[in-house]
Amino acid sequence: MKAFRFAALQTVPIIFAYLFVGLASGLLLNKAGYAPQWAFLSALFIYAGSMQIFMVTLMTSGVSLAVIAVMTLLINARHIFYGISFIEPFRAIGREKGNAWKFPYMALTLTDETYSLLVSLKVPDGIPRGKVQFYILLLCHLLWIFSCTAGAALGQMLPVDMTGIEFSATALFVAVVVNQWREAKTHLPAIIGVSSAILFYFVLGPDQLILPALSVSVIALMILKGRVAPALAKEAAHD
Amino acid sequence: MTDALMTAAIIGVIAMMTWITRALPYLLFSRKSPPPMVAYLGDVLPAAIMIILVVYCLRNTAFATAPYGAPELLSVAVVAAMQLWRKNLLLSIFTGTACYMLLIRTVFPL
Repeated sequence: MKAFRFAALQTVPIIFAYLFVGLASGLLLNKAGYAPQWAFLSALFIYAGSMQIFMVTLMTSGVSLAVIAVMTLLINARHIFYGISFIEPFRAIGREKGNAWKFPYMALTLTDETYSLLVSLKVPDGIPRGKVQFYILLLCHLLWIFSCTAGAALGQMLPVDMTGIEFSATALFVAVVVNQWREAKTHLPAIIGVSSAILFYFVLGPDQLILPALSVSVIALMILKGRVAPALAKEAAHD
Repeated sequence: MTDALMTAAIIGVIAMMTWITRALPYLLFSRKSPPPMVAYLGDVLPAAIMIILVVYCLRNTAFATAPYGAPELLSVAVVAAMQLWRKNLLLSIFTGTACYMLLIRTVFPL
């Protein structure tokens, strides 16, 4: 129970982002003439904000399933990079008795937002980390399902102009970057990331930057392993 | 194909492709423990990825025309300053988002 309460507190920072983006994607489906159950199913099984918003365009444009499949792969390919940090932790949870299903569940519910929560997660002594991670992922997923479905069910009845609240996702990522920067043993990974992102912003344009930036960062970090890895190990000895 | 079937098929295809991208690292490294290079990448990638996500979120900001992305950049600065000062994730997000919503309504109306 302690783990659940702690996990619930950790999910608070993404409530705004999930509520707003979820409501927006549900609203779009509603506007395009789709019943709320489609928003519910999308939230349950797809669980990817930008993809669910783009899906409405795909549904109404009549493109083939093959094209949709390829576009989804391209848009969501950034997720491939998220799992790399959780291969052992999630697998370890799945090895526990009766928890085998948690491993695929946790692997499949890692989104931009939940990833950023988990990489900055600090668990106090006495609370099992794996349990906290699982509850965070579960609660975020449930919140997402709720907000998408509510958006589609409420439709245009939604009150007040909330334009700009989508900035809360950006704000979450910025705050996590500040935390990471302050605690980093070496700033090279962050510098590599931001340089490659800005480079590809100018070279390929805003909509094409993310995959090349991620790939180049991985390659650069692999090449620089000889410099980065000792910096990690050195500081760890002081902890 | 009926409309309902088509809709279900589209959601199914998108879900399956999304699952593939999320499952791939675990499928590629299914041995007991991942190779050292992958373990190393698991340690250093989050710092690179998060800052790329920030740029990604700001990618559609109109930096070339007035107000030259001022609402976004100012609000990012507010979030960073709040996070450095109070170290409270929720407070930083709340202040930064409120600042952004206020700026686009008052100082820099869209």
